[in-house]
Amino acid sequence: MNQTYGIVGVTAVILATVLVGALGLRVSRTTSDFYVASRTVAPHLNAFAVSGEYLSAASFLGVAGLVLAQGADMLWLPIGYTAGFLVLLLFVAAPLRRSGAYTLPDFAEARLESRAVRRVAGVLVVGIGWLYLLPQLRGAGLTLRLLTGAPGWLGGLVVAAVVTVAVAAGGMRSVTFVQAFQYWLKLTALLVPVVFLLLAWRADHAPAPAWDDRPVFHRATEVRVDRPLTLTVREPVRVTVSGTVDGRPAHGTSLRLGEGRHRIGADTTVRFPAGAHVPLPDRAPDRTAPSSWAEPLSPDRERHSLYATYGRILATFLGTMGLPHVVVRFYTNPDGRAARRTTVSVLGLLGAFYLLVPLYGVLGRLYAPDLLLTGDTDAAVLVLPQRLIGGVAGDLLGALVAGGACAAFLSTACGLTMSVAGVLGQDVLPGLGIRHFRLATLAAIAVPAAAAAVVGDLPVADAVGLAFAVSASSFCPLLVLGIWWRGLTPPGATAGLLLGGGSALTAVTATIAGGARSGRLHTLLAWPAVWSVPVGFAAMVLISLATRDRVPPGTATTMARLHLPEPTPTPRPGPATT
Amino acid sequence: MTVLGTAALALAGLALFVLGVALGHGAARRQREHAADSDGARALAQALHTAALAAAPLRAGLTPDTARKAARRLRPQLGTPALALTDDTAVLAWDGAADHHRAQLAQRLAQPPRTRAFPLSCDDAGCPVRWGVLVPLAADGDAPGALAVFAAAESGTLLRATEEAARRLSLELELAGLDRARASAHEAEVRALRAQISPHFVYNSLASIASFVRTDPERARELLQEFADFTRYSFRRDGDFTTLAEELRSIEQYLELARARFGRRLKVTLRIAPEVLPVTLPFLCLQPLVENALKHGLEETVERSNVTITAEDEGTEARVVIEDDGVGMEPERLRAILRGTAGPATGIGLSNVDRRLRQVYGDDHGLVIETGVGAGTKITLRVPKFRPGVQAPPP
Repeated sequence: MNQTYGIVGVTAVILATVLVGALGLRVSRTTSDFYVASRTVAPHLNAFAVSGEYLSAASFLGVAGLVLAQGADMLWLPIGYTAGFLVLLLFVAAPLRRSGAYTLPDFAEARLESRAVRRVAGVLVVGIGWLYLLPQLRGAGLTLRLLTGAPGWLGGLVVAAVVTVAVAAGGMRSVTFVQAFQYWLKLTALLVPVVFLLLAWRADHAPAPAWDDRPVFHRATEVRVDRPLTLTVREPVRVTVSGTVDGRPAHGTSLRLGEGRHRIGADTTVRFPAGAHVPLPDRAPDRTAPSSWAEPLSPDRERHSLYATYGRILATFLGTMGLPHVVVRFYTNPDGRAARRTTVSVLGLLGAFYLLVPLYGVLGRLYAPDLLLTGDTDAAVLVLPQRLIGGVAGDLLGALVAGGACAAFLSTACGLTMSVAGVLGQDVLPGLGIRHFRLATLAAIAVPAAAAAVVGDLPVADAVGLAFAVSASSFCPLLVLGIWWRGLTPPGATAGLLLGGGSALTAVTATIAGGARSGRLHTLLAWPAVWSVPVGFAAMVLISLATRDRVPPGTATTMARLHLPEPTPTPRPGPATT
Repeated sequence: MTVLGTAALALAGLALFVLGVALGHGAARRQREHAADSDGARALAQALHTAALAAAPLRAGLTPDTARKAARRLRPQLGTPALALTDDTAVLAWDGAADHHRAQLAQRLAQPPRTRAFPLSCDDAGCPVRWGVLVPLAADGDAPGALAVFAAAESGTLLRATEEAARRLSLELELAGLDRARASAHEAEVRALRAQISPHFVYNSLASIASFVRTDPERARELLQEFADFTRYSFRRDGDFTTLAEELRSIEQYLELARARFGRRLKVTLRIAPEVLPVTLPFLCLQPLVENALKHGLEETVERSNVTITAEDEGTEARVVIEDDGVGMEPERLRAILRGTAGPATGIGLSNVDRRLRQVYGDDHGLVIETGVGAGTKITLRVPKFRPGVQAPPP
């Protein structure tokens, strides 16, 4: 990829973000013009903002990468990411807004009248925020590595620094406009290239991906290997190599790779002929075994794939309502009705976005199967314009996509950092005081930045799934039971948060730290939602029943406020406006 | 590599050494202190501590929940098989065995409250309880409840111990009553501080509307409408809180009326982030600040005046700034106004708003005022987006 275009694209996005942030503040008028109160954020504008903040690197890069690597099962991810808002709409959106809460700990305190529950909720919000920030920074590292060749950890660090400056300096003040702008930017950055990609694909006589076979190099492809790699070759193939293979140096010589394992040294370029099967790295065993990609729940791809699919579905359907950066956006709505309208719009906006993402996965399977070999499947979206179109047009589209990816991890990371910093300053470290918001910002981003540099490879979308799992097992029970059940007590809520959220948090931490690599235990830990969501609900219900005398005294009043719709505002009985 | 290794080893050794020294030192000191204590002092400290611990739950008043906690802590201290706490009509908590005597105890509550010892009878031959003592709790010259202690046989010591325990519990109930009184005084103060619109404003507004009645009847009608809306908002009685959107709407009405009086001399700029419009804040806490800005800007100078009202989103808080380029004020005088020592009828609005904000959000959320003679005035307030109990009534 031409570096200059990409860097210009990313810089343009950062500048535009700062500009919109600054200009939004300048919207000022003298009083004679209009009434301020009528300027509350309209539901559809807030929906743009919610979508803009929600569509992260996992959606922009990760989903296509997973579809490329693992096929049809992964289509549940975009569905789940969207359907989470359906659950939010049905059970949570309007009552949550009517509760007057700004953050999730606020809701816990408003509903249960307990500082202790508030503190537990605060700790969980920070945990979820950090888990969610981690893949954003890794996505950033990947994008910047492809653009500039900088090592991955540096990219994460650069974005962490940009986010810290933007948040701490108050650059996110007109946050609704910034995030709304980011949504349209991301949609454009996927929509425009995909049109050209599909045209190029048609011009290429519309080849079908090898649905029922292992991936094939559609064209002669040169693969650059940066880190040493062990490949398993199933069919012998003749390749051109510069570098080292199996310990022997080669300089542009033609080699025959026989069946079996081959070690490729660092900084080696291997050129595969068109039509050759893609050899797979050892660390992805059985992932793309024959006749599996296009077929859901294919048994030989991954054991327990039905369990994993249910894990994904539960986590994404129920986890959205507990994401700290999504919840705070609903406060912007003037009332519960507007909150509901916003959620409906968000469903449409996300649906439009997620229609495009799998296309990149399929085209990537066709034109960039070498990513399977190097393991950088998250880069599929970024490399496709260059691969399919090439030339200046490819560079320009590549810059657009890179800009969109930058918008994706910037907007989500900024929103998350603000939420985590707010909770850190208010609930977890109240000794810091409100004036030390900048210090809290630093803490909010430093921890995931450090973790991103340390922990091993985990596909971006999978890592985000872990954050969803924790949220689904802690805040989903708290919100759903808190809103729909009078019997919830502070001890019950605490127990549910600690048992459900805590067990899920432990499981995902073990997964990220690389506790179990395979087998039944790994599956259980990597998709904890299947067991941890019931644990969270059961703990909350049972402990609440056991402590029935601790139901907060104001429960009836709170419930009435959550569920009674606000009266329709009476139009101002002023003079006829001309 | 070896140098690094050696250095790391040395560092680790040093850390271990320091840790060991610290631990040993601490242990030795504890031992010395222990030896110096007399047994009597230790026992007394222990007894006072447990007694205070047992009575503490009643600080929150006498409810089934607090009674249960207090009874559970008190019984091991008195060393009896059963113990109960009652209010003036019913048994609230029974800790220990033999709670088939509950009904018997409840009957005794109907009698006038005074210390009574009484025998108990029941059919259960193995019942550990044959005798009981009932001591009323006294608070505010009243007997809101009683402490009952049961034992196998009559005992004078237990009677005295029970009376002492009851006295301790009564003390906590007195304190609970004080807390309640303080809370209602606080509430009354908030009510009393509820802002009022100034009579001058009513007078001036009506005068300037009157001046339009002949020359521009349509304008006069509009202004009267604004005046009606503004007063309706200001006089409303439901709830102590409102939203920033509502408050700004009333300020616009206020400014419309002010403009009728001052015309082109007044220029007002609003710069409001729409995200903070739903924020809840004390009723009529901005209008006095705007009125103050206008007064400084216009009534004391003849040139035109600029007033800027800004509301920004700051994460968990909203920041509202009201700025004017008027005559300003001496910081000393301002301090006197906020302390309430500047004499009557000066800046009541400012100190009132400041006190109400502190009442609701705590001392670190008062007004921040930057001013100087001839330098204009800038008033900043920070309003948390959520605070339990702070709820705006539906519009």
